[in-house]
Amino acid sequence: MNLNVRRRNIVIASVVAISLIIIFGPWKKDEGYKRTAGDFFRPSRLKQNLSENIKLGLDLKGGTQLVMQVQADDAIKAITEGNQAKAIDTLKKDNIAYKDVRVPSPGILVVETEDTSKHSVISDKLLTDFGSQDWASSESTNPPTVTFTLKGSSADRIRKEATEQAKTIIDQRIDAFGVAEAASQFHGRDEDHQLLIQMPGVDDPDRVKELIKGEARLELKAVVPPATLFRTEEEARASLGGTVPEDRQILAIHEKRGGGTGTGAIDGFYIVEKTPIVGGSDLRDARGVPAQQGIGWRVAFNLKPAGAERFGAWTEKNINNLLAIVLNEQIRSAPSIRNKITDSGEITGSFTQKEAEDLGLTLRSGALPAKIVYLEERTVGPSLGADSIRQGITASIVGLILVVAFMLFYYRLSGVNAVVALLLNLILLMAGLAMFGATLTLPGIAGVVLTIGMAVDSNVLIFERIREELRAGKIVLSAIDTGFSKALVTIIDTHVTTIVSAAFLYFFGTGPIRGFAVTLVIGLLANLFTAVYCSRTMFAWEITRGGRTKESLSI
Amino acid sequence: MIEIFRTPNYDFLKKKWLFIGLSWVLIVAGLASVLYRKFDGNPYTQPFNMGVDFAGGTLATVKFKDPPDLGKVRAALEKQGIEGGKIILQPVTDQIGQTPKNEVLIRLPNEMAVTVKPGESATAAKAETDADVGKRKILAALVTFNPPDAQLKTDLNTIGKDNLKNELLRLDPLGVGAGGSVQTAEARYTEIANRIIDYREKERSGLIRDLSEVKNLSGIDPQVAAALDSNFHTGPAALKSAEAVSPQVGADLRNRAVLVNVVACLGMLIFIAFRFKSWGFGVGAIVAVFHDVLVTLGFFSIMQWEINLTVIAALLTLVGYSMNDTIVIFDRIREMMRTRRRESLETLANDAINQTLSRTIITSGLTFLTVLALLLFGGEVLRSFSWTLFIGIIIGTYSSIYIAAPFMLMWEGFRAKRKAPASAQVAAPKPAVNLGGVQLGNPAPTSVGVTSTIAGTKRKKSKKR
Repeated sequence: MNLNVRRRNIVIASVVAISLIIIFGPWKKDEGYKRTAGDFFRPSRLKQNLSENIKLGLDLKGGTQLVMQVQADDAIKAITEGNQAKAIDTLKKDNIAYKDVRVPSPGILVVETEDTSKHSVISDKLLTDFGSQDWASSESTNPPTVTFTLKGSSADRIRKEATEQAKTIIDQRIDAFGVAEAASQFHGRDEDHQLLIQMPGVDDPDRVKELIKGEARLELKAVVPPATLFRTEEEARASLGGTVPEDRQILAIHEKRGGGTGTGAIDGFYIVEKTPIVGGSDLRDARGVPAQQGIGWRVAFNLKPAGAERFGAWTEKNINNLLAIVLNEQIRSAPSIRNKITDSGEITGSFTQKEAEDLGLTLRSGALPAKIVYLEERTVGPSLGADSIRQGITASIVGLILVVAFMLFYYRLSGVNAVVALLLNLILLMAGLAMFGATLTLPGIAGVVLTIGMAVDSNVLIFERIREELRAGKIVLSAIDTGFSKALVTIIDTHVTTIVSAAFLYFFGTGPIRGFAVTLVIGLLANLFTAVYCSRTMFAWEITRGGRTKESLSI
Repeated sequence: MIEIFRTPNYDFLKKKWLFIGLSWVLIVAGLASVLYRKFDGNPYTQPFNMGVDFAGGTLATVKFKDPPDLGKVRAALEKQGIEGGKIILQPVTDQIGQTPKNEVLIRLPNEMAVTVKPGESATAAKAETDADVGKRKILAALVTFNPPDAQLKTDLNTIGKDNLKNELLRLDPLGVGAGGSVQTAEARYTEIANRIIDYREKERSGLIRDLSEVKNLSGIDPQVAAALDSNFHTGPAALKSAEAVSPQVGADLRNRAVLVNVVACLGMLIFIAFRFKSWGFGVGAIVAVFHDVLVTLGFFSIMQWEINLTVIAALLTLVGYSMNDTIVIFDRIREMMRTRRRESLETLANDAINQTLSRTIITSGLTFLTVLALLLFGGEVLRSFSWTLFIGIIIGTYSSIYIAAPFMLMWEGFRAKRKAPASAQVAAPKPAVNLGGVQLGNPAPTSVGVTSTIAGTKRKKSKKR
């Protein structure tokens, strides 16, 4: 054995030193944090650094994980209904006779006509309106109808865009809510339209859940003059002659007196114009502010320039008429216009601070393009996570002590090599986790257990091989040499096979299984270094120590 | 030198049919359990007891102040409209040397409204309601345990940090909100809320017994203490964790778990076949791994143990262990094939098993000890993981010897027989052709094909060394 023990020692020492620096260094500090010398050696600071460098999963740290599905078909429904309105508009404007425009299901729009004479005109005109790249039309004679269908590829695109848009909006809402370290990502296959949100430290997810899926659609609509407050919906309908015209709408008014966006007492009904003066997309800002006098909070909002212009023009012409502030198809208040207002307004009705802030936030982030349903919710209380860690660590330490005791008992001094190699392996594994920003979860701990098992196995393989060679009568030096080189083949085979399978797990697995795969791969790579390189160096050092090659080996 | 075996020389493969038979018995028993439970008409047993991860539903850990009366808990849940027979209540076992935890695992069936379009898979189902219906029902049931005088008070044991802060802001016992700015009030009450919740979670393990504990905490002003007294109470139970999974997410996770296992096994099959230059070794190793998974799953079906994501991680660990064991033996066979070309593959396999026996026993024994530690000290969360490995290590060690090697031999023997007539005349010059290749660090062994051709002529077990 002619190893350069000194050089090998330097390599090992530097790898361990670098690992320790990676594990305990103050690397994951907030921007603008001034590192002091104490950050590098004070035990309490080092402990703090450790907890920042090695991220724990929600199952260990406590927090909430949500999987939600964007009901992307809603977006298609909205588009189809938008086109229904467009179709009616166009047909009226061009004086084309029709019986009805129906939406039998999202993505399908049917125009019923008296006869087939105008079918090609209808088809051409409406396709230009809808966009012929997305819609296709077909005509039938009995009964005379023109049917427009949304193309499959376009429908997929709309669904995908709705999901992406929902994610952007949800990100904004979580961000504004102020959840530290929250992360969101697309989840599952594309066609599932699912999002995954992880919020460490959130122990009571109800409020943030409400906020995420909150549907706050603010519209400012004109109350049709003369503004009459009807007691019931029927009265309002009767005043219109029994049927509500297509451009009118009957909306209930609730002057909220505390309590969320839910239903309160209905105060009456107004007839309003269906097309809003300004809608949610015209909002520039909205936030909860304390009421100027009296108690409670209100939501103040500002409009973008284009919306402000329209609003200004309308208010100028409608002095003394009523404006309906409509939230989620309910009138929240109907103030009368005193003078021209351009770009600001408010939603009143004694909100609590929390309600006002949440509503402002929901409005600010814009309306979701589709409804959201929660498919999965996992909340781990911090005390349970702490229990899991404590028990996991206790179990690992007990297991480790048993292993160490056996190795020392069975392999004597050589057992020390194995133990040192095992500890080095754990250090490198932790450094790897810190370096790649991997998250340690319970399945990750399973990966650590497998790694420790294989690390012990590598040493057992080597030691048993050395014993075999000694038994066959070889001298110590060559027994170690042969033992290592023969065991090396096996060690590499077992490690590479496991890494191959871990790679498949990573690419095909979901979250927790991926965590398992990452820890496993890092642990195995570390083990190749510690069990083979480090252990061998220790053997070389032991038998050549003091200038004389030893003739017996404690193994 | 302490040794378990000096030079072991057991004829492992002589009784291979006996052991393969035994494995079949285990697998068939598992299969019988699966079929029986599927068709026995009992709605409360399934082929596999799928956890909420895969079946959907709700799983919650609830901590009680005093040892809970499970009958009362069940009755309270039934009042929320959940079918009594489908509620599973399981007290959490206490750890050695710790105070009783008084915790109960509550498992509810899926309560979500889900529509599956005809002709589409379960994963494409559309959910109509949120997954947390079960959780809400559990919370509603827990509220009924509150003493009557607590009706109008807020429960300090179930409230979260954020809500507690808001509640304090509303009460404003220190008067900072009215007098000063909103920001200072926020900061002040956030601090107090954090102090209280941290005390509950870190020092009281999630449940405060008595309000006076909180009032005497450092950093709680007398005014706050007074406000706590009149507006809060400490309820008898708290939710420590809750998992709610919809059926379609469950179905998706299940499909993926199966896919991942199959794909990983295929990957290993190809790698081993490439590394050993023989399909026989690959097939032997994979058959052994499938055997392990099947037998373990059979156990789960018979015992009706719950299968969840953690169990899947354990199954993957078990696949890793079993594969590791098998490769160690196969490597030894390959090594011998280089020096003992004239002997039958079966003799070599048997010798390889013997020579690696100490290592097999030590490694398996040590990992078994580690798993035992996990089982005894790892707590509830790691329990299913530990049980899987507990069985898996025994099965995995056994299968490397009695399944992997025999199947490798059978495959090679079968191939040799098929090849023998054609290659009998050219058998002699072949070794030279098969030398060289991809081996790492050692000279290439003779290809298996040739050795197993010799294996066709049976020999008595060699007696040497």
